[in-house]
Amino acid sequence: MMRERAAGLVLGLWALALSVALAPTPADAASRVEEVVSPGGIRAYLISEPMLPLLSVSVHFKGGSALDPPGKAGLANMVSGLLDEGAGELDSQAFRTELEDRAVRLSFEAGRDEFTGSLKTLTEHRQRAFELLRLALTEPRFDEEPVERIRSQIQADLRRRSEDPGYVASQTWFETAFPDHPYGRPVRGTVESVAAIETQDLRRFVQDRLVRDQMTIGVAGDVTAAELGPLLDLAFGDLPAGGPPIEVEAAVPAVSGTVVVRKPLPQSQVMFGEGGLMRSDPDYYAAYVANHILGGGGFTSRLTDEVREKRGLAYSVYSYLYPTEFAPLWLGGAGTDSVRVGESLEIIRAEVARIAAGDISAEELEDAKTYLTGSFPLRLTSNDQIAGMLVGMQVHDLGIDYIDRRNDLIEAVTLEDLRRVAARLYDPEALLTVVVGDPPGLEG
Amino acid sequence: MALRSRSLGLAAAGLIAAVALTAARSSEAVVFDPETFTLDNGMQVVVVTNRRAPVVSHHVWYKVGSADSPLGKSGLPHFLEHLMFKGTDTLEPGEFSRTVARNGGNENAFTGPDYTGYFQTIARDRLETVMQMEADRMVNLRLTEPEVLLERDVILEERSQRVDNDPGAKLSESLNASQYLHHPYRLPTIGWRHEIASYTMADALAFYEDWYAPNNAVLIVAGDIDAAELRPLAEKYYGSIPPRDVPERVRVQEPPQNAARDVVLKDARVRQPYWIRSWLAPSLNAGASEHAYPLEVLSEILGGTSTSRLYRALVIDQKLATSAGSYYSGTALDLGTFKIYASPRPGVSLDELAAAVEAELERLVAEPITPEEVARATTRMVAEAVYARDSLTSAVRSFGAALSTGRTVEDVEAWPERIGAVTAADVKAAAAYVFQEERSTTGHLLPADGQAARSANEDAEDDA
Repeated sequence: MMRERAAGLVLGLWALALSVALAPTPADAASRVEEVVSPGGIRAYLISEPMLPLLSVSVHFKGGSALDPPGKAGLANMVSGLLDEGAGELDSQAFRTELEDRAVRLSFEAGRDEFTGSLKTLTEHRQRAFELLRLALTEPRFDEEPVERIRSQIQADLRRRSEDPGYVASQTWFETAFPDHPYGRPVRGTVESVAAIETQDLRRFVQDRLVRDQMTIGVAGDVTAAELGPLLDLAFGDLPAGGPPIEVEAAVPAVSGTVVVRKPLPQSQVMFGEGGLMRSDPDYYAAYVANHILGGGGFTSRLTDEVREKRGLAYSVYSYLYPTEFAPLWLGGAGTDSVRVGESLEIIRAEVARIAAGDISAEELEDAKTYLTGSFPLRLTSNDQIAGMLVGMQVHDLGIDYIDRRNDLIEAVTLEDLRRVAARLYDPEALLTVVVGDPPGLEG
Repeated sequence: MALRSRSLGLAAAGLIAAVALTAARSSEAVVFDPETFTLDNGMQVVVVTNRRAPVVSHHVWYKVGSADSPLGKSGLPHFLEHLMFKGTDTLEPGEFSRTVARNGGNENAFTGPDYTGYFQTIARDRLETVMQMEADRMVNLRLTEPEVLLERDVILEERSQRVDNDPGAKLSESLNASQYLHHPYRLPTIGWRHEIASYTMADALAFYEDWYAPNNAVLIVAGDIDAAELRPLAEKYYGSIPPRDVPERVRVQEPPQNAARDVVLKDARVRQPYWIRSWLAPSLNAGASEHAYPLEVLSEILGGTSTSRLYRALVIDQKLATSAGSYYSGTALDLGTFKIYASPRPGVSLDELAAAVEAELERLVAEPITPEEVARATTRMVAEAVYARDSLTSAVRSFGAALSTGRTVEDVEAWPERIGAVTAADVKAAAAYVFQEERSTTGHLLPADGQAARSANEDAEDDA
């Protein structure tokens, strides 16, 4: 790891010592990342691993629900539910039967900024799996029966979610933060907006958005670079070269303060957050470390310690970076006894203020680094995880050697970096907080 | 944020389903190809080598779960699970988690009806550290009253978040409590609220002293290690703990069910009605267990996929439901359940859904499941199971669930063979055995009276 450290990164001696002690980065796997260019010019990152007779493909198209037309929120999401419901000569049941009988797993998902697909197949069915992926991406049928069925499933899901305090908190947060921006619209749409989506909208989405110049591919598992090329052409070669430009305005949360959505619940669900940093920001890794200290994974963050461990106010409290493309954010959440919401919010605000003021110790930084670097290989133990990582590396332009370099980027963060970024990132006065529940004495 | 939970096992249904579905691989002779041995003190050890990354997943499962709760203290095993992070003679409260994190590890714990598990996933060269700490807390737990009371508040918040805030989860809890009239599977894994509020430090310590012993535990390690490498560490840390007498798991057994039961939950917050029917069913360990593997196949054919009989009939052809399916797990230590669920489309009543499900069950007699349907399902189930090997945790969960409930490593390894041997006649016999109206309990999730139902819900809830 030390010898792979990028030139110019200054590390403290103690950090060097730690990186020696904790050197579990799967450098062998990482240095095996290959860039494959198919005969037809389709690019992919590949980690070839023949240990098990299966492989995973992850495909990412820029442009997600933020591009849904006005009044038709949920379009990208609805397409994601329909691409595997009939394509080419195969109607819905025939397509599903082909997938099931070969144990091929194919699924799609829409986010605010992206539309992604995931294919997982046994080696013996690899060829047909890529053919089915091609059909799904290029010749989806959108027959009336599956369109109406999936529409009814999405609407049922939205009704169920409308009972879910966590979902309501999240939707309210985004609506309030982005009243005039596409990020304010729900990714899954509303019962009404989903009702308004027509088959021609679905077809237009496929034609405009599933295009080669917005596409990124990661593959991991039992396939060689030579074998993958023709499979890439098979699955993706028929896609259009490009589509209309992706035009979304940059934005920041419109307001701060507290919003209460009153519901008779024993426990209130809280969501809080404010503007954050772009994934490409030079201080991103410092922000990543800062967030880990404030509210990151495991049971050791400040929020977990203060809210859960010391006071028993919540079962779950956390924060995370949400670096969307057009309005980067950091967000957090908690579920806390309605009667004690005020107390929980005070503690959360105080912790945000404390880290913003730069009250961070060298020991905390050291602990965060050992966790974040030591746990990195845990994210690379299955083909699915690796294929997803390979896509992320390309989408964010991190370089083909990112897996080797990533821990050095974390190690390079200094206490000064951390304090600088905390002052930029955290402002208790700018927090927008949404409470769903029945907190006494809390107005908003 | 499920990863932050310390009680993944509350989603016991999901966990067991995953275990059942993952315990296999295609045509090869073995599934996970584990190595196994037993320490002198009786602690069983399973090692599954997977050298994909320099990482290991280290688990200790105790053969005790929420169905072993003392009377009046439902959920106490789950409470103890939380308290196990509070320190020992040599570890400060929270130091366990801090040490795992400092070593770049992820950790958690979970409680199910039949077992309680603790795990850390960590770099291979840090394994010894977590083994030392896990062995330490097997015998040296130290608690203080203030910590215990604070954690009780955390559990009450967990209960609010998982159950009380969610009408569907409340129905599921009631359905379960009604399905099991007498057997402690009727208890929610997290416990009844008023009983959680009564937990004391003495309760937790007594339970700990009764059940936490090496001879009542299973060690499972998967990842970049083999048995020759693990054995010295296992002997050093766990093997040095003397065995102790552990109570027998004496559970009152369910009487024959002679009357169908109905559970109706109406809540003003429900905007998506839901229907679910549960039948008492044999498991691999209890009752007419020869039906267990055929019931797994039956569930796949009846409601396991979007080409299944129920999905096609209710969702595609009759357009009554937005979703429909079935669920069965054979891994319970005692009698399990077979469940069918459906969510209505707008304007469809739950009675109409029930009638359509009943018609499908009658069709099982008129148009029995064919050998082709069985072959399709079993081929798929066995093929899907290959994916389980592309994960550190699938193997661990399969062996943990099996060994905590009296089954063996060989049972897990033989899963594909046994599923592959199921015939159409077996499936028919299993269906006839289970689908008896008087053995059923039906749950209805509805809006409050006077409120318009708007449509349906499809979560298969915790059914413990």
